[in-house]
Amino acid sequence: MATTLDQTIAQKQRTLGAAILANQTFWVLLAVVLACIFLSFATDSFATAKNLYNITRNTTFVAIIALGMTLVIITGGIDLSVGSVLCLCSMVLAVVMHSGYSIEVGIAASVATALLIGAFNGVLIAYVGFPPFVVTLGMLSIARSLAMVASNNTVVFQFGPDHDKLLALGGGAWLFGIANPVIYMIVLALLTGFVLRWTRLGRYIYAIGGNEQAATATGIPVRLIKVGVYMISALSAGVAGIIQTGWLGAVTTNIGAGMELQVIAAAVIGGANLAGGVGTAFGALVGAALIEVIRNSLGLLGINAFWQGAFIGGATILAVLFDRIRNFRQTE
Amino acid sequence: MAILELTNISKHFGAIQAVNDVSISLEAGQVVGLMGDNGAGKSTLVKMIAGNYRPSQGTIRLDGSEIVLHRPIEARQHGIEIVHQDLALCNNLTAAANVFLGRELRRGFGPLRVLDYKAMYRRAGEIFRELRSETRPRDLVRQMSGGQRQAVAIARTMISEAKIVLMDEPTAAISVRQVAEVLHLIRELRDRGIAVVLISHRMPDVFDVADRVVVMRRGRKVADKPIAQTSPEEVTGLITGAIERG
Repeated sequence: MATTLDQTIAQKQRTLGAAILANQTFWVLLAVVLACIFLSFATDSFATAKNLYNITRNTTFVAIIALGMTLVIITGGIDLSVGSVLCLCSMVLAVVMHSGYSIEVGIAASVATALLIGAFNGVLIAYVGFPPFVVTLGMLSIARSLAMVASNNTVVFQFGPDHDKLLALGGGAWLFGIANPVIYMIVLALLTGFVLRWTRLGRYIYAIGGNEQAATATGIPVRLIKVGVYMISALSAGVAGIIQTGWLGAVTTNIGAGMELQVIAAAVIGGANLAGGVGTAFGALVGAALIEVIRNSLGLLGINAFWQGAFIGGATILAVLFDRIRNFRQTE
Repeated sequence: MAILELTNISKHFGAIQAVNDVSISLEAGQVVGLMGDNGAGKSTLVKMIAGNYRPSQGTIRLDGSEIVLHRPIEARQHGIEIVHQDLALCNNLTAAANVFLGRELRRGFGPLRVLDYKAMYRRAGEIFRELRSETRPRDLVRQMSGGQRQAVAIARTMISEAKIVLMDEPTAAISVRQVAEVLHLIRELRDRGIAVVLISHRMPDVFDVADRVVVMRRGRKVADKPIAQTSPEEVTGLITGAIERG
């Protein structure tokens, strides 16, 4: 029977099942689940409430920043400064609270710092035309240096009158025994996912990564949106910094060192494409979860911690390999 | 009556006279083939109509009243759409997303307005059906043929209810079957009363689909005649300069 034009137009390209099987995030999620099942049987210590609490909480800091990073990566950019921004924002919070201000003032100062840095990165990239790599590489150095200046390179562990509030914010578990940072992560992920899937802004972020010239030609405010995503990226680092400060109860000038690479790895493992145009909020969480599960399991299985980097690096390359194989098949 | 009228349009960049004293009128439901060698001033002329450049001299009249275009967005607001040579599509988005890019349909109220996927798929499907193009709204543009991409680009102009569509080399670098598809799309636009300007190097395409041909050489209009009263040989002569004027 000949198919009519109407049938062709109404046809879906592939079934839901096929779409899921072709999805990198799905395979990574499967890897995480299988690893968890394996570890539950192979060790006594994995599937304990305490360990699961730790894993989920440890995932959050990388995951929250990976959400912001995913937006940047979808537009075809990169933000190398997030680790240092996390450090600077933590330090601003710590120093402001240490000198006697309330937690509200501390958080406001910290968030303002993040937004200011994001705007600085974004304006140089979108309006002055700097390569994102260069600007954020510079900021990586600047932000950490400013954190050292702000604290005189000391460890801050006294947070003034609201000390306990801050520690509860980051270290507590107000809802069903789930660590607070996990709640924040889920809320932020839902928000990011909603924006990407259901709003014009999300659509435009994908469009910019797909074809920036086309986006400009259709009247999308490309430059403004680019500044926005770098501000969101810095903000996500700032938020992670605030939460981490509350959890750790102390801030040193080397927290978040090298974190940008873990965050980028999480985003890429979760399916974000560094060439732009592809990525999801859920992917960022799954990528961050895989990294944390690898790290956690190596410890539980008694494997030397020096192997961590090799496994995480291997996972990153393997995840992208899946994507390459799929592309090869399509182009054949 | 002419829908768009260019009168004594000139454009110079410093000492270079890109377009020199050109007058053209476009009529609704007519396809005009705009031909000329590289550097003849076709692109500059089209960019003035599309609002990318402002003419150094001359006037542009739309429906009888003079308009001044400062930016491409203003041309679009007047119903002038351009289909670029590189098509300006986002490969990572679906056909429907590209059709509605920058003009997304949404549902809900106030700040809670979300993208209306269903309506956009449906409307895009309707347009592809009208164009009689086998293009699926849910497909990613990355996986489409050149002809389907053109259909997406042309569907964009139909969403905006354009009056004038400028097409820059739509048949360059696509297969024979797809060329036929694109020419078919151009006829569909014409039948809806849209004025189409087809910039092309391909003589057979222009003679196949255009009602009139305008030839430019070194910034000047050297011929403007109905397709029935000319021949590919004459147009070639006009383009190269072997024939001075048509």
